[in-house]
Amino acid sequence: MKNKIPRWHRTSPLSYFFLATITFLSIFPFYWMFVVASNTNAEISKSPPSLIPGGRFLIVAKKVMSAEGVFFNSALLNTFIVGISIAVAQVMFSAVAGFAFAKLDFRGRKSFILFVVGTMMLPSQLGIIPLFMLIKNLHMIDSLLGLIVPALVTAFGVFWMRQIIDAQIPNELLEAASIDGASVPRIFFSIVLPIIRQSSFVLALFAFLAAWNDYLWPTIILQNPHHFTLQVALTQLKPMYGLDYALQMGGAFLATAPLLILFIFVGRRLVSGVMDGAVKG
Amino acid sequence: MSQLLERKVGRKAPLTPWKKNKKQEVFPGVKSLNGRWGHLFVAPFLIMFLVFGLAPVVYSVYISFFRWDPLGGSEFTGLRNFSILLQDSDFWLAIRNTFSIWALSTFPQMFMAIGLAAIMRNTRLKAKSFFRTILLVPNITSVIAITIVFGQLFGRDFGIINGLLSLAGLDHHIDFIEGVIPSHVAIATMITWRWVGYNTLIFLASMLAIPDELFESASVDGASKWQQFRFVTLPQLKNTITFVLIVGTIGGLQVFAEPQQLAADGGSSKQFLTLTLFLFNQAFVNNKYGYAAAIGIMITFIVLIISVINFFITRKISNDGTR
Repeated sequence: MKNKIPRWHRTSPLSYFFLATITFLSIFPFYWMFVVASNTNAEISKSPPSLIPGGRFLIVAKKVMSAEGVFFNSALLNTFIVGISIAVAQVMFSAVAGFAFAKLDFRGRKSFILFVVGTMMLPSQLGIIPLFMLIKNLHMIDSLLGLIVPALVTAFGVFWMRQIIDAQIPNELLEAASIDGASVPRIFFSIVLPIIRQSSFVLALFAFLAAWNDYLWPTIILQNPHHFTLQVALTQLKPMYGLDYALQMGGAFLATAPLLILFIFVGRRLVSGVMDGAVKG
Repeated sequence: MSQLLERKVGRKAPLTPWKKNKKQEVFPGVKSLNGRWGHLFVAPFLIMFLVFGLAPVVYSVYISFFRWDPLGGSEFTGLRNFSILLQDSDFWLAIRNTFSIWALSTFPQMFMAIGLAAIMRNTRLKAKSFFRTILLVPNITSVIAITIVFGQLFGRDFGIINGLLSLAGLDHHIDFIEGVIPSHVAIATMITWRWVGYNTLIFLASMLAIPDELFESASVDGASKWQQFRFVTLPQLKNTITFVLIVGTIGGLQVFAEPQQLAADGGSSKQFLTLTLFLFNQAFVNNKYGYAAAIGIMITFIVLIISVINFFITRKISNDGTR
């Protein structure tokens, strides 16, 4: 960004010490999941406990996947289905509406978007009981559909897309296309979509991660263990195998590993997404 | 692409949605694009949003005026749910616990995030992108997995944290579940661990937006590093601090999975019954929909009150700073 290194900024060794500490603290819980999952319970309960991985991880992994009443594998599949559906749907709905809010000239545009952004301030548990009643009336209780449908659109997604399209696509480009006779849908599909591809991917990632990690809503509407998502399935390990720490941590590790692998590939993009702003927690 | 984005971040104003709204005045829609398409394009989103987002919120207000049992029908009771709620000792306990956990997680987190961001703003820092990425790792992890890990780390008998404390000279083990404050500390630690890196990135983005010239001239005027931080960086972070506090408050009032996993009823003396856990239990364990809806409305009031207070405090602080 700068050629000259500013004189008033020097890196002290203390800076690296703090950063090394935070790196260690960020990683340690994952490492610890693996340590506990790969040792016997006795190794972990002795004092001082074993701090290095043992050799039992595969055994524990197999035990988690075949644990009775937990159905870990179908939970993994369910979570993928829900996550990907929500990610794709949110990008589609948000891109179409975000484009309109950013670039189209229609009555009520400003008041609509202000209103939508305003609702982002409301805590999500405010509407959760009527939403449950609604999903029940639609016969979507205890189904993956009941997880997917309420998450198809979010105020945040539309707001994010509006900002992206506003920032990345100059009005002149759209005006030129329109003068050349392109219709609005044509402009959207051939000009807008290709330009926002990268940003759409970041939004899809955020939606996927949120769906993967959601717990409150799935635990409200899911009843049959075959329909559980990973988060809900994980909570079953404790009441059923309470004293088996290795099994619980093995489950936690297996439920987290796909995200860590994904993160290796997309971590930097997520960082840019967060730093680019407008990401609501 | 990600590099491009990162470079862009340096110039862009960070995370102040309320400011970005004003930008709409500058960029009106493209006039030559036909207006009829606009309504058609927003319709799918708006319909879904009204049905699954807004209608439940409005209906929530409605059912809070009823004694509403999903099995036994409903009866209009006016404001009775609210008056019972205000006399319910569990409600006040939940408020105490929620705020205690919120304070124990928000303030240390804010302090650490600003400090780390100040370190990472350094233009000469090596492996910048590595540290930024690592900071985000905790944030993408599932709450349940993390609750399992921290539950074990905080264990009374074999937990590492108690092990370290006894190495440090503490002669008895702390019970991080039964104790009121210790249980709050344990839950706050999980929240802090999850969010500190995320908030660091947000503060970093807004620090990178401060022009180097400001630091340069402060440095020429003989300002120490601390003075530069106090009088140049901090005032510029005003909006970001407000934003992080408001988002943190909304999040803090939603704390649910961590306490629920420690004990579904909020602990033996309800020492970590939070507001959202209270709402969940009233609605889906006790089947008191109307009562639970009233709790949701109280939570919303609290968010609004805190947001307003927050806004005035940060405005006052920043005014004092510039004077």
